[in-house]
Amino acid sequence: MKLNLEKLNGYSVLFIQVERIDAHNSGDLKEYILDMIEQGEVNIIVQLERVRFIDSSGLGALLSGYKNTAARSGKLALSNLQPQVLSMFELTRLNRVFEIYADLDEAFASES
Amino acid sequence: MCSSDIQVDLIIPTKTKYLDLIGSIGERIGKDLETFTGDREALAYHLNLVLTEATINAIKHANYDNPEDTVRIVIQIQENAVIIKVYDHGQGFDLESVPLPDFEHLKENGMGLFFIKSLMDSVTYTRQNGCNVLEIIKYLK
Repeated sequence: MKLNLEKLNGYSVLFIQVERIDAHNSGDLKEYILDMIEQGEVNIIVQLERVRFIDSSGLGALLSGYKNTAARSGKLALSNLQPQVLSMFELTRLNRVFEIYADLDEAFASES
Repeated sequence: MCSSDIQVDLIIPTKTKYLDLIGSIGERIGKDLETFTGDREALAYHLNLVLTEATINAIKHANYDNPEDTVRIVIQIQENAVIIKVYDHGQGFDLESVPLPDFEHLKENGMGLFFIKSLMDSVTYTRQNGCNVLEIIKYLK
């Protein structure tokens, strides 16, 4: 899976560079995030602007990252969700679990 | 797309790389369903998702001892409904015994069948002629 990682405002911002997250590539995403956490990067924002489609395994990969950052007193937040992608979080009520921001500026502002 | 019946019949190897192809066909069908008066963008996403989840479910339940195993997916477009049938050759499972996700303590898996049941109108899983068939119906109200 094509991903870009940038350090911005003290956060590890993970830009997902694919349009589709499904059971074919969600395992890669899950492992990448777990590797980040293992290396001590526990304040993560996943930027999903390019993602048009996510399935249950993609939600599971993000939830895994959320739980593992929380276990290390960090957090994993989400930004720039497209409406249909957001609707998957709403259907599973994961929108109550994750902090979801309209964009990165809003995510950074919420912490300042 | 006209209202006469159309059937798309696909057979794929039990490999996840084909999920995109199967889902994309569903999305394209949803976008072109002129008889559907609701939110066609949402329907297109839902058909993509349901086909993706049903196909991965069949791949997971497939016969791992046989690398030549396949999953067959049939999509029928009728005037008032889209009918999806996904055939696998595995051991099968009891659809009714699959619990709803615990929303207060969501796990990383187990949401796929919940999506199918919540977004579609009818879901059955039966054994027919040596195959398991997951049949999903979406009425185009």
